[in-house]
Amino acid sequence: MAVSQLIGARVQRREDPRLITGHGRYIEDRLPAGVLHMAVVRSPHPHARIVSIDTSQAAGAPGVLAVLTAKDFHGQLAGAMPVTPSFVPEKKYVPERFPIASEEVCFQGEPVAVVIADDRYLAADAAEQVVVEYDPLPAVVDIEAAMAPGSPLAHVGGPDNIGWDMTFDGGDIDAAFARAEVTVTERIWQQRLAPTPMEPRGVLADYSPYDERLTIWLSSQNPHFIRLFISGAMGMPESRVRVVAEDVGGGFGSKISPYPEDYLVPAAARLLGRPVRWIETRTESVLNAYHGRGQLFTAEAAALRDGTLLGLRLTQVLDLGAYHGTFGAFQACACLMAGGVYRWQAVQGRTIGVLTNKVPTDPYRGAGRPEGTHLCERMVDRVAQEIGMDPAELRRRNFAREFPFTNNFGLVYDSGNYDGTLDRAMELVDYQGWRQRQAAGRQQGRLIGIGCSTWVEICGFGPSEATAGATGGIALVESAHIRFLPSGSVAAFVGTHAQGQGHDTTFSQIVANTLGIPMEKVELRHGDTAEGPAFGYGTYGSRSLAVGGMALHKAAMVVRDKAQKLAGHLLEVSPQDLVFEQGTFSVKGDPSAHKTIEEVALAAYGGKLPEGMEQGLEAVSYFDPPNWVWPFGAHICVVEVDRETGAVQVHKYVAVDDCGNVINPMIVEGQVHGGIAQGMAQALYEEVAYDQESGLLLTGTLTDYLVPTMNEIPELTLDRTVTPSPTNPLGVKGIGEAGTIASSAAVINAIADALSPLGIHHVDMPASPDRLWKMIQEAES
Amino acid sequence: MAQTLRLTVNGAAREDEVEPRLLLVHYLRERCGLTGTHVGCDTSQCGACTVLCDGQPVKSCSMLAVQAEGMAITTIEGLAPPGGMHPLQTAFWEEHGLQCGFCTPGFIMAASALLAENPDPTDDEIGRGLEGNLCRCTGYVNIRRAVHRAAAAIREGAGAPAPMGG
Repeated sequence: MAVSQLIGARVQRREDPRLITGHGRYIEDRLPAGVLHMAVVRSPHPHARIVSIDTSQAAGAPGVLAVLTAKDFHGQLAGAMPVTPSFVPEKKYVPERFPIASEEVCFQGEPVAVVIADDRYLAADAAEQVVVEYDPLPAVVDIEAAMAPGSPLAHVGGPDNIGWDMTFDGGDIDAAFARAEVTVTERIWQQRLAPTPMEPRGVLADYSPYDERLTIWLSSQNPHFIRLFISGAMGMPESRVRVVAEDVGGGFGSKISPYPEDYLVPAAARLLGRPVRWIETRTESVLNAYHGRGQLFTAEAAALRDGTLLGLRLTQVLDLGAYHGTFGAFQACACLMAGGVYRWQAVQGRTIGVLTNKVPTDPYRGAGRPEGTHLCERMVDRVAQEIGMDPAELRRRNFAREFPFTNNFGLVYDSGNYDGTLDRAMELVDYQGWRQRQAAGRQQGRLIGIGCSTWVEICGFGPSEATAGATGGIALVESAHIRFLPSGSVAAFVGTHAQGQGHDTTFSQIVANTLGIPMEKVELRHGDTAEGPAFGYGTYGSRSLAVGGMALHKAAMVVRDKAQKLAGHLLEVSPQDLVFEQGTFSVKGDPSAHKTIEEVALAAYGGKLPEGMEQGLEAVSYFDPPNWVWPFGAHICVVEVDRETGAVQVHKYVAVDDCGNVINPMIVEGQVHGGIAQGMAQALYEEVAYDQESGLLLTGTLTDYLVPTMNEIPELTLDRTVTPSPTNPLGVKGIGEAGTIASSAAVINAIADALSPLGIHHVDMPASPDRLWKMIQEAES
Repeated sequence: MAQTLRLTVNGAAREDEVEPRLLLVHYLRERCGLTGTHVGCDTSQCGACTVLCDGQPVKSCSMLAVQAEGMAITTIEGLAPPGGMHPLQTAFWEEHGLQCGFCTPGFIMAASALLAENPDPTDDEIGRGLEGNLCRCTGYVNIRRAVHRAAAAIREGAGAPAPMGG
């Protein structure tokens, strides 16, 4: 394949040969000689006072080297686990979180002791022998009850359960509602979800007391931030801590923020002077890996009878769990994105973070944007239903059409063509045909529904100006380092880190294409803080290509510019007189005079360089995007609800997305497939459920937490339009979260449409057969 | 009290002293060094640990190593000769049937057993054959395509190499 054709090419993934043959390098695969195994003793109560911990029996159990509790770790770890401002700059109450509880446990699963033993079986045995006496306290479970005066407190001694309460004003909301000819209101529940990457987490740490160096291997989306946090807590210079994430078996947001074990394992390794590892079980994962969603929305929309949308007023009550997630407030962006792709006169969003006795919530695939989209798309359908207009038509009447488009909160959508994706989706799904089949079906009592979701997403975090404050100081940009070795191969380092997104492939496509060399000559490295520039910013928020990919592109352009200068010197012409094509610098008008970039690379390590030029051919670049990027699209779902059982059958699912220019269409399609499946899973199957009285987790294994199998996910029909982003040189956006952002609304809109003849206007998630059957029974009685 | 375990793993006869409670998956991963077989859950839902025991797909997290006495075990590493690929592996690569890759060895092992019984499965038969395996990345669309592609390749004589020890 010609190098210049690499961008946009369906290149097979270079990471796959090792993964499909069983030679991946996941965290559990690393088992150094002499490693000790840690098991965590966790609170069985959602809320309790710790009366006493007796470790004596466990400490004497076979193979046990140490049993450690909070008092042991207080000498090793300083400060509290981090909470960033994210979208909520001022918080009312942020309970301090230490990685292991000492006096009070505030969620089921919170660590109270750890056992370190020769192997995992012995560690698990001994963990059973740690005797902890608890004095149970009332558990805060329901988020609305938690806000009421006199509610039990999630933390003893807290002022109340309100973590934050702030309102985003996007225009004069009262003026918008004053013009209303029709208003609709709805309560929309976003159930708690467990991100459930197939690989649970794991941490391995090795501390060398002689040179005071620490290496941590873990399954993470965000190794540089983990180094920053852990080195700080351990009182070590950041430069002496190396964090390595090799192959990561999925993340979906749950491997961004630091976890208790990320601190406890390295601290134990330093304390014992031996390598220590902890591998999470699935039960621990469902219980303790940060959840997502868990939000109750109340919303009111105002419109004119001709379908003109006027105002949207919403309140997001967000279940924080027992502590603020490090990036948990990011989910408040649901308020800022609740206007979607439409022109509103005003939007107002209030967000309230509520502390409960559950594991914290934090970003999960989409993080705030699926919730905002779901709310917006539901409310638009409710308005359409109220005034008797086809929901696709109502969308068209209100689409933003002039770009850049500034939304009610001042966010600037960089480019879009919302009619284009909706038109194509309606054509592919045969929208009019399904409306006819729906009408005919209704005559026979069949419940067929069609649901649209015309979504837009803010992603590609940076820019620095907006994000430095949001993280508490570190601007979300991205770094890259490109280095030509003398023999012409290229080492490329980037600060993002894939968990299945195929960066080894797509990023190599960009580097090879920019430098005009074959992909095989590019070695892409990421996930190891000992390599590349000083800081990397991780992979989340569909940012890797639009920020990290652009950092690589920028560094490659700096390398190419230097190579051009040196080529001009070697060919004794001005660099301006050279053209660069397919990896070769040629003299304009005299193509026989040329140097390949590989020849130039070798020369760069030699003598006789131009005056002032240093040896080497490499560059470090940081890319600070001037704006976010704004992918969008239209998803249409056709369902049929079985009146007798409440079961939902998806007849057809069409997704037409636009993520700007595409580096590798095969990977984009895969991301969309997986994203849709997760949104569909939320719509139909998954829910982290707690007992409302006791606060105990009811869905603690994959037997109860219903991750769909192949049988639950239908064939998906995909297409694309291409509206390049003006925000970056390659015109790219992001696609990792798009499917999840779009799909829950498409499915639920379809189900609500199917049930509308029964007078049912809204369906909460998961739309399980049980829930729907009850709703149908109630409506028909 | 350790017991002596004799079995064949990917064609090689082995004899090891193992604790009776050692899970087969931990034996394969930590004693045999075959880390391609993964542990994704503890309730036998996810199927990431699927291996073949005398040709039958088994979740190796739900079986003790000592229960494999005398058996021939095939893991993902033994599905094709070193350096080679089974048609299923090729098809997963070509159809982008994996993203993070963690569940992939289990899917490929389960699919190999399915195709051994049914060389031309329908979508529904693939769904039933692989209902014991979970994938969180792909939405299964490309996994289904990969199994069809591998089935066609095997039928057309691409040849499923005999699993080592199978």
